[in-house]
Amino acid sequence: MKELIRKFTQTAGPSGYESAVRNVIREELKSYASNIQVDTLGNLIVRVGEKNRNGLSILVAAHMDEIGVIVSHVEKNGLVRFSNIGTVFPRFLPGSRVVFLNGTRGVVNNEKPEDITKIPKFEKFFIDVGAASDKDCPVKIGDLAVFEGEFADYGLNIVSKALDNRAACALLIETIKQIKTTPHELIFVFSTQEEVGSRGALTAAFGIEADLGFALDVTPASHILGTKMQCDLGKGPAIKVRDVNFISDPGVVNWMIDGAKKIRVPYQLEILDVGSTDARSIQMTRSGIASGALSIPCRYVHSPSEMINMNDYQNMIALMVRLLTNPVSLG
Amino acid sequence: MTSEKILTSRLKINKAKLALLEKLSNAVGVSGCEDEVREIVIEEIKPYVDEYNVDAMGNVLAVKHASIKNALRVMFAAHMDEVGFMLVGEDDKGIFAFEPVGGIDERQLVAKPVVAGKDHIAGVIGAKPIHLASAEEKCHPVPMDSLRIDVSPANSGRLKIGDFATFATRFQLSGDSLFGKALDDRLGVASLIELTKKKADHLEILFAFTVQEEIGLRGARVAAYNFNPDLAFVVDSTPAFDFPAYEPGVENSRYNCRLGFGPAIYIADAGTLSDPRLIRFLTKIAEENHIPFQFRQPGGGGTDAGAIHLTRTGVPAVSISVPGRYAHSSILHAKVKDWENTLALLEAILNNVDRSILAEER
Repeated sequence: MKELIRKFTQTAGPSGYESAVRNVIREELKSYASNIQVDTLGNLIVRVGEKNRNGLSILVAAHMDEIGVIVSHVEKNGLVRFSNIGTVFPRFLPGSRVVFLNGTRGVVNNEKPEDITKIPKFEKFFIDVGAASDKDCPVKIGDLAVFEGEFADYGLNIVSKALDNRAACALLIETIKQIKTTPHELIFVFSTQEEVGSRGALTAAFGIEADLGFALDVTPASHILGTKMQCDLGKGPAIKVRDVNFISDPGVVNWMIDGAKKIRVPYQLEILDVGSTDARSIQMTRSGIASGALSIPCRYVHSPSEMINMNDYQNMIALMVRLLTNPVSLG
Repeated sequence: MTSEKILTSRLKINKAKLALLEKLSNAVGVSGCEDEVREIVIEEIKPYVDEYNVDAMGNVLAVKHASIKNALRVMFAAHMDEVGFMLVGEDDKGIFAFEPVGGIDERQLVAKPVVAGKDHIAGVIGAKPIHLASAEEKCHPVPMDSLRIDVSPANSGRLKIGDFATFATRFQLSGDSLFGKALDDRLGVASLIELTKKKADHLEILFAFTVQEEIGLRGARVAAYNFNPDLAFVVDSTPAFDFPAYEPGVENSRYNCRLGFGPAIYIADAGTLSDPRLIRFLTKIAEENHIPFQFRQPGGGGTDAGAIHLTRTGVPAVSISVPGRYAHSSILHAKVKDWENTLALLEAILNNVDRSILAEER
């Protein structure tokens, strides 16, 4: 189980360039699903089951992409200037490492700051790939890179880059493996370009026309002093109530709570004041779709060392299987 | 790469093309009020397209049909609108308060000549004169809400709240440079008009002359929904900040794009991650046809592609821009050669685009 997460997190897939991640996911799915498609924006769409009399068409989206950087200029001295892909926090940049899609590796650092007590602005940073000049630089304008962040097994918790959102991708695959029968038509979307504005989910949902939809993502969890995140590790999967761009359908929230109670797994309610997920795109598709989201609590989101708890992960799989194999009541 | 050396363009910029650009640049078409530009567009394309219509938003949607069935549906889009102003209050006879339409740099408004309303009434953006400004006020740009458009009392009755205004700049050709207002994106509009004159019977060619790009890609959204294309190319103008760095000894690493280096191909902006298959296609045909090009620096900003690529189940899209200095001000400076090479690249698209580009997964 951890091995799958390790494999997924260590594959590079910045927004818009998810093909390598899509390939490892597709490989995992081969023996469990026959109906697999790739759409225009690169979403991987997997269909399982047929809708029976008590069933619905249910769309579940987990995004494949991760944050990264893109080269904007190579200076004469060989240093690489870059722009962000998705929300990259300058505070995590100094000393971090990146690997480009062409295999080139580099370290990130910044120009001498005027005030060392302040985090420099984004444009003050550069990537050093060891080139002596622009002529011998192995990367060029438009090349993309992701942050390096090795997978580490801490026992109950695991640490890696890109647990956002490869942990949810792996979780979705474990779920698919465990579903034997279902009254529903299940459409699983491994979506693209979530980190730049939930773009893949938008066009995927348009094509799918589901009765019900929800996103699987991570949600920031922390007990760092001075923060007020409600969720924390080890307290169970988070059922989203609201985030910046999205309010869950109350019926979907109750359905999820009810499912967790039935199988006696702990859960927590998520109210997120920063960021959003694919659910916002799914909800607003066509004439609107009842939507919600389930999140894996995750510390240090968008850093090279994100952390999740394996009990939360296991409990969320159990909840997913419960939700997707029983008739749905949105009460 | 020096652009001068490898120029072998087929679509030379002649007097007729310059006259068309001049007419388009001088026309008034602030977002939401693109009528004048639309009239010119329709007049120009009528002889060359199989059909056209004006949709509910005001987009001009024109089609050149393919001679074969199930032809590839290729969309080209360029926005007709320009940034400008809307009159929002009359303080005194002929003295109008105004608000910006689109992203205008308010530091450069004072004392600029403008034209207002359907009759192009001449006016000027007035501010408190320097003789009366306090030492503190001299240190800051004059905020827009303390500026007024002054058209003289005699013209008071000819304008009303809600009328549009824009800069009065007249188009000028100077050597190999183009100067004019609204070249963002009349360069794109003129390019698409030229493209309607080209033949490519194997393609269903869909031309969208869009409205309201500058205020949020609004026209393109419905145009793309209507056309439902297989892929889309957006033609726009993007700012060139290609000056020496303002700090001595520091390399200018944020130029966005450069004049004279050819059409700027987009890889990533705030609204779109261009389809990599189309980037590869453009790079390939540009190289094969010896058309100089550059990549626009990835970063912020956006074009109609932001709306088009998210339409329905998604549309592979990429933007191509003619570089221009001083965008979103009263005057833009572009190069004849860059426009010529943009036209050459667009023609190369028509000659080379086919379904095989999309055979591979994104």
